[in-house]
Amino acid sequence: MNRLARPYLNPYVGGTLLGILLFLAFFVTGAGLGASGGINHVQVALLNLFAQAHVDRVGYMAEMGGGSRSALNNSAVFMLLGTILGGALSGWLNGRMKLEIRKGPQISSGVRLLLAFSGGLIMAYGARLARGCTSGQALTGGAVLSAGSFAFMFAVFGGAYALAWFLRRVWN
Amino acid sequence: MAPFGTLLHPGTLVYFLVFLLIGLAFGAILEMSGFGDSRKLAAQFYFKDLTVLKVMFTGIVVAAVLIFLSSSLGLLNYDQLWVNPTYLKSEIVGGLIMGVGFIVGGFCPGTSLVAASTLKLDGILFVLGGFFGVWAFGESVGSFADFFNSSFYGRLTVFDWLGTSPGVVVLLLTLMALVMFYLAEIAEAHFGEPKKAVSWRPQSRPKMAAVASLLSVCILLLALGQPSPQAKWERLQGGLAKNLEDREVYVHPGEVAELKKNPSLSVKIMDVRSEADFNLFHIGGAQRLDPAEMAQPATLKRLLTAPDNAVFFLVSNGEPAATQAWKALKASGVTNLYIIEGGINKWLQVFPPEPCLLASSASTPSGPADQLQFDFRYAVGAQSRAAHPDSVRTQPWVACPEGGKAATATFAELSGSTKSPIPAYVKKVKLQRKVATKGGCG
Repeated sequence: MNRLARPYLNPYVGGTLLGILLFLAFFVTGAGLGASGGINHVQVALLNLFAQAHVDRVGYMAEMGGGSRSALNNSAVFMLLGTILGGALSGWLNGRMKLEIRKGPQISSGVRLLLAFSGGLIMAYGARLARGCTSGQALTGGAVLSAGSFAFMFAVFGGAYALAWFLRRVWN
Repeated sequence: MAPFGTLLHPGTLVYFLVFLLIGLAFGAILEMSGFGDSRKLAAQFYFKDLTVLKVMFTGIVVAAVLIFLSSSLGLLNYDQLWVNPTYLKSEIVGGLIMGVGFIVGGFCPGTSLVAASTLKLDGILFVLGGFFGVWAFGESVGSFADFFNSSFYGRLTVFDWLGTSPGVVVLLLTLMALVMFYLAEIAEAHFGEPKKAVSWRPQSRPKMAAVASLLSVCILLLALGQPSPQAKWERLQGGLAKNLEDREVYVHPGEVAELKKNPSLSVKIMDVRSEADFNLFHIGGAQRLDPAEMAQPATLKRLLTAPDNAVFFLVSNGEPAATQAWKALKASGVTNLYIIEGGINKWLQVFPPEPCLLASSASTPSGPADQLQFDFRYAVGAQSRAAHPDSVRTQPWVACPEGGKAATATFAELSGSTKSPIPAYVKKVKLQRKVATKGGCG
């Protein structure tokens, strides 16, 4: 289908919807939103297929999927599944479901994909170190006024802004 | 969580569906806001398109206002919400690393999922990289566990840190966000494409109306304040008063002793009596909890952040003082909280101390309910077999002095097995899992 992509939501409207959802998540489950934890549980489950003994030995992984524990039977995994479905549904309804590579005009697709892969690796490593990603720490922790989450938020923006100038050719 | 109870049980279909639906809405909102597009996200860091900042801070402010407003109105118990514990160093270093990943890869984990789901190849590669990132972390965290767990401040909130109330912090946060939005609009007009004339005075009427209503809710929040433990208790009374009436939370000393033997549980006995009574006799492992200190944030924090397998028992000489403490703590959202049936007086009847420790032979079952009915000769503390019915020990706990009441103690009582038999009782403790022991990113 080749529908014209609809415009994005006004950011303040999108933010308000996000805030209401975050509140509802807290109201119903007592906790907020997240993404990196789900990725971590899926990773442990995948590794468990090939190297079960290894998962059992590494403490950090065993906590999620060691022994008879199923790493996939976790709220973060269900939320991850929902996020993918929700994104796909909205993308499809709004005509934005399209196989493409989004990149700045000055770099090749190969470089973009390599950077995306490296960025994902770095980001996920940092997210586990910080015990949460932008959604699980900044957004969720920020809404319940966790002090550490605000320190985290400034660190993320600080790190990205500090490096932005050096990578300007990648994006502009 | 709605209003104060626990509705969700892991492993059920409802549990699965609730999280799936939350995720579904989350993914859709991120996608509709344009977060599936890495160029739009990265433009944030060149001041061209500040959608990330606007969506994120609007989300935080709206959620914070709703959470604390419903807490003020008694619809939700803030103490039971999961607040990201603060590990300052690892959060700052992890945040900086994430900042690097953000500008290199163009996504954060949540947005990359949305990009991948709409078939953006760079999003798919980012998610793939993410799998390797979490794997690398799992492999390496063991080598710097000390750092990972350092600078731990527990449930540290901004209002605790500033020593003020949530209402003040929500207002400050809202003002901060509004200033940032104002600057963001100016920056977008200046750096964005196409360039627009910078208008220093806000023009949009709907936006001004939204700002005005947001600020009035913040003022309302300040005026309402947050409920005290007493107010929370009064709201709870219906269900919990029934628990007390049906004596569901009064646990027989025998069951407490049995549970203490269970290695998979962490039984914590909290003694709410005076220090003098506590020193005269207390149950082995009991800690004194001064009722005056009970409402203090530090005490509550310790109880609220206890692991899932912690079971708390309150004990006084009789039952009234422990029951008062139970009400206050329960109102603050402490789970797995019980009262020892009949208090220390009943405990000492079920598990009699060495007779030589007592000045008079029998208990005096008269007097006020919250008075110790056993006449100890000196401060025994936990140095008595009565304090440790759960332990097997071949040595006597006390060497009874010659003469006095010691003479009436039989040799078997003094030197034999110090383990008291545990009488029959009705089991009452049901371990309740806290719903939110970890956040979405757990």
